[in-house]
This record gives sequence, structure tokens and C-alpha cells, in this order.
Amino acid sequence: MRGRNGIIVAIVALALLVGAGVQAAEPIKVGAILAVTGPASFLGGPESRTLKMLAEEVNAKGGINGHKVELIIMDSGANPEKAVSFAKQLIEEKKVLAILGPSTSGETMKIKGIAEEGKAILLSCAAAEVIVNPVAKWVFKTPQKDSDAIQVIFNQMKKMKISRIGVLSGNTGFGKAGKGQIEKLAPGNGITILASEVYDKASTDLTAEVTKLKAANVEAIVNWSIVPAQSIVIKNARQIGFIGPIFQSHGFGNIKYVEAAGVAAEGVIFPAGRLLVAGVLPDSNPQKAVLLKYKNDYEKKYKEEASTFGGHAYDAFMILAKAIEKAGSTDKEKVRDAIETMRGFVGTGGVFDFSAEDHNGLGIDAFELLTVKDGKFALYGK
Amino acid sequence: MNLDLFLQYMVAGVTYGTIYGIVAVGFNIIYNATGIINFAQGEFVMLGGMTAVTLGRFLPLPAAILVAVLITMILGALLEILFIRWLHRPSVLRMIVITIGLSILIREAALHIWGESVRALPYFTGNSVTSIQLGGVYISPQVLWVVGISAVVVLILGGFFRYTLLGMQMRACAANRDAARLCGISAKNMVTFSFMLSAGIGALGGCIVSPITYVQYDSGVPLAIKGFTVAILGGLGNSLASVGAGMLLGILESLSISVLPAAYKDVISVAILLVILFVRPSGLFGSSEVSRLKEFG
Repeated sequence: MRGRNGIIVAIVALALLVGAGVQAAEPIKVGAILAVTGPASFLGGPESRTLKMLAEEVNAKGGINGHKVELIIMDSGANPEKAVSFAKQLIEEKKVLAILGPSTSGETMKIKGIAEEGKAILLSCAAAEVIVNPVAKWVFKTPQKDSDAIQVIFNQMKKMKISRIGVLSGNTGFGKAGKGQIEKLAPGNGITILASEVYDKASTDLTAEVTKLKAANVEAIVNWSIVPAQSIVIKNARQIGFIGPIFQSHGFGNIKYVEAAGVAAEGVIFPAGRLLVAGVLPDSNPQKAVLLKYKNDYEKKYKEEASTFGGHAYDAFMILAKAIEKAGSTDKEKVRDAIETMRGFVGTGGVFDFSAEDHNGLGIDAFELLTVKDGKFALYGK
Repeated sequence: MNLDLFLQYMVAGVTYGTIYGIVAVGFNIIYNATGIINFAQGEFVMLGGMTAVTLGRFLPLPAAILVAVLITMILGALLEILFIRWLHRPSVLRMIVITIGLSILIREAALHIWGESVRALPYFTGNSVTSIQLGGVYISPQVLWVVGISAVVVLILGGFFRYTLLGMQMRACAANRDAARLCGISAKNMVTFSFMLSAGIGALGGCIVSPITYVQYDSGVPLAIKGFTVAILGGLGNSLASVGAGMLLGILESLSISVLPAAYKDVISVAILLVILFVRPSGLFGSSEVSRLKEFG
């Protein structure tokens, strides 16, 4: 271009570049690997909806520290191999600050190493103890410890003078981890396991399995599972005339499982986060306000009852958001440190106290003992 | 093991067995008429259950089930007309790939329509805890419904194939397609009709079984696998035999739980299938010549 025109073009171009650079505040990239479809969709579905709802809410208020959140949700279908490839994609290509999820323990264990190596913050929504034990610097989890849930059950059994139990567990990572913990903690609590069976997550009828337990004369059944088939266990057990108490895991925390079991679910006892009974908590309870807000927002937006599973995703997102605020930057190391030093964070799963040794932050008081009355969740013993 | 316990295991086995048998009957009808193994059969079962649950909100239960079965039958006919009718002497492999593709298509559509949650029809009589006690054995009334309705269906099917004109036409088509054509039977229509019948039976099976278990958009797949196993076990093409084989497999699985950990239940059924395929590939009740003659086209 000719002299004067060329200079004008150059100045305009420079101005545009500078202007463009100043305007855009970089969005914070947050990845999520969730089992939105497939056999764990009852976990991933509510989790993905919760994350979308929270991202919208946060962005409507201008983002975190002025940066909008860019949520990248990838559907793993509960397939650990897919989770592995998505994790690599999110960390290496998309360069996310953190990964929320995965939904299942099996997937989380597969990507635990990848997150550590890639120095990416992983806030898992899966429950197995082994995710944070041994502690990995970059890996955290939001659901409560299954060992605490089992201890709550055993404490109740001691009150009811039950000592001989039968255990049924689902063949997923959650089920296997729970079974392992039950077997580990039982002797110390004076509980003997007379019969223990593992059932397939796609089972359609479990009469033979519960018959075997009934034949062993167990006083109570512990059904440790997170899949819909857990409702079939309850139905079949009552149908063959088993009248002892049935204890479920905190994987029962979705009203659809109660509906699937119908009348048989009455009187089932299980430990769970307080989300399910938020309405009847005393006002003095520190979690009540957070729980009610999440419950009402979720139910209004998606017209379905909130479950504890969506709550784990809520906790993961909000902990990350708080950590970014606290750190005042999106530098990975600083945000990670901010999570690790967070104390007294009120979430749906409980009140979190993180530390270098405890990347879960929840203890046995995160649980409330619940039951089913008239087809709804209710506090046990009240 | 005392008698009561043994009988309780038998009841469980009969429950599983009838479920597998119903799916296998669907496989057999289509195989008989066309030589195709329809891997979308499980999806017909799932669709019957899901549609009935949705309709059950506006219609009384029997009407909901009837309409659901009819809708699934129409869908079965549509699938045949759209995807299979215009194929000219396709190979077995091509048909398998097509039906697997259809199965995936139907599953995704179901996911979009109904979401990922589980549903169940209400029990026909009683609820999830009622059970009838015979001696020391407990049976849920729904199990009696499942066995009863399945028996009636198999009987009616037998009568249909033997005594009605349409049934005889289908059998003629299955025995020798070209000869049937020469007799003026429209082989194309017979194929469509066999899909409709299979879809209807699958859908009915899905409805009667869903109170005991539950339906979900992908609950068709494990059922199709078990149903296919049972169909092969009984001898491909023989409906009555597949019901018998279903019972046998169900009872064997159930009894295996009494001695082995329940986790090995599927191992038992696959092991039996493998043994049968090595020793007697035409199935327990099938004959080896008949099984060689089947061909589509």
C-alpha cells in the first residue's frame, strides 16, 4: 500500500488488536467427565444438569473474579476407557483448569494417575475410599466416605442388637469398594457376615440370591449398590417373606429407587446426606439454607426431584469456584492449594474440612440416618 | 437343602426362564419366516414396556398394554418395510449388521423420548410385597401372571400356525419360499407380518415383566443376549423348544446360585451355550438337517 494509506491501515489494525486484547477476559475452562447416558445415567444425568445450572448462574453474575466459566461436559457413558481418553483430551488439548467428575468410582480410579501426571485438579463425584486413600496431590472427591456410611449402619445395628447379617452388593466399583469396607469393619463392630453375594447390575430378578441369604438365617440384609437393580433386591426380599431390616447404602439417595421398589421400600434404613430431608431439618442446621436453595433451584428448573448424586456435582463446582475466588487467580497450583486449605465449606454432602491428608473433607457426621415412610424419605427414628 | 428351599429356587428359575423364553419366541418367529436373526428383538420388549408406562398415565392398565402392543407391532412392520423389504438376497452377515444397527437406533430414540430414568408398570394384582404362600414357598402374583400369559401366548401361537390360513401361509413361506410364491403367497407380506408378530409378542413380554424388574432405554440388550442364547439352546426356529430351553436355563442358573457365588450366574449360562454349540449345534431339540436348510431370499 502507498505511504499515508498504509500508515492509517497499520494504526487501525494495531488499535483493533490492542482493543481486542483488553476486552476479552479469558474464560475459565472447566472440564467435566460424566456418565450422562449409559448404565450410570442416574448419576451422570443429575450431575450434568446441576453443573449446567450452576455455570449459567455464575456466568449471569459475571463469572468468578470477572472471568466467565466455560463448562465442557463430556459423556463417558460410565465407560472407563472413554473416561481415560476424555481426560487426556481435556488436560492436553483443551487445557482445562480442573476436571469435575467422573461419576463412577471405576472411571475415577482409571484417570487418577493421568490427573496426577498432567497436574490437573480432579474433583471426583464418585464415592470409593481408594480415590483419596492413598492421597494424590491433585485428586479430591466430594461424596462422603463409604467407610463412614458403613460405620453409621453398624452403629444402628448395635443399637438394634443385630450381629448376623447377609450382604448383597452390586458388581460396580462402588459395590465392590463397599463390600470390601463392610468385610473390613465388621469384626471390629461385633458383626458376622453369614452370607455375601454379588449381583450383576443388569439383573432382572434376584429371588434366588435373597433366598440364599434367607436360608442362612440372617437377621438383617445390607444391600450395597448404586444401580437401579438395588430396588429389585428389596422387592424380592419382601416377596419371599424376609421380615428383618434391610439396610441400603447412600447410593439409594434417589426417589426413583423408592418408586421402583414400591411398597417394599417402606422401612428401609440407610445413611445419606441431608439433602433428601432438607425441609425437616432444624433451622439451626448449618447446611439447611444451602440445601434448600439447591433443591428448589434444581426442582424448579428441571421438574424432577433433586438427588444426592446431583449434590456431589454441586459440591465439586462450588468448591472449585470458592477456591478460584480465594486464590484470586487461575493458576493451577494456587487453586489446588486453596482447595486443600479450605475449612468449613458448607456443601450438600456435609461441611467440608480439607487438609493435606484428607482430600475428601467429610466425616461421619456428614451422614444422617434416613428411612422411607409413605413413599418419601424421612429421618429415621423421628 | 430342604424341599421348601429347593422349590423357592425353582420358582426363581421359572421366573427367569419365562422371561428369556418370551424373548426367544420372538427371535424364532422372525427366524422361521425369514432366516434372519433379529438383534433388535430386545428393543421390542423394551418399547412395549416403556410405551405402556407412558400410556398408563391416561388409560387403564389393560388398555394401555393393548395399545402399547399394537404400537410396537406397527413399528415392527415399519422397520421391516423401511429397512429390510427392499434388500435383495442379503447375506446373513449383512442382516446381522443391519439389525444391530436398528437396535442401536431404537435405543437412542428411546433415550431421547424417555430419558435415562427407570420405569415400571404397576403390578397387575397386589403390589411389590404381596406374595402367595404355598407351603414354605413364596410366589409373587406377578410371576403367576408372567407364566400364565406366556403359556397362553405360546398355545395361541401354536394354534395360529397350525389352523389359520395366515399361519399356514407363514409356515409355507418358512419351509420353501419359492414354492410358496408359486402357490400365490406373497412372501414379502409374510416377512412383514412375522416382524409384526414378533414385535407384538416381545412388547407383551415387556409389559408383563416390567412390574417385576423395570424398563430403561437400554434394558433390551441383556434380554436380547439371553433370549438369543435360549433360542439357540432350544434349536433355532422351534418356539416351543425355546420356551423349554428357557425354563431349563433359568432353573440351572437359579440352582447354581445355591452352590456357587451368584456372581457366576452368567458364567453358567454362557458355559452351557458353548457346550451345546460344540456338542449339538442344532440345539437341544432341533434336528441337524432342518437347521441347515434355512436361508433368506
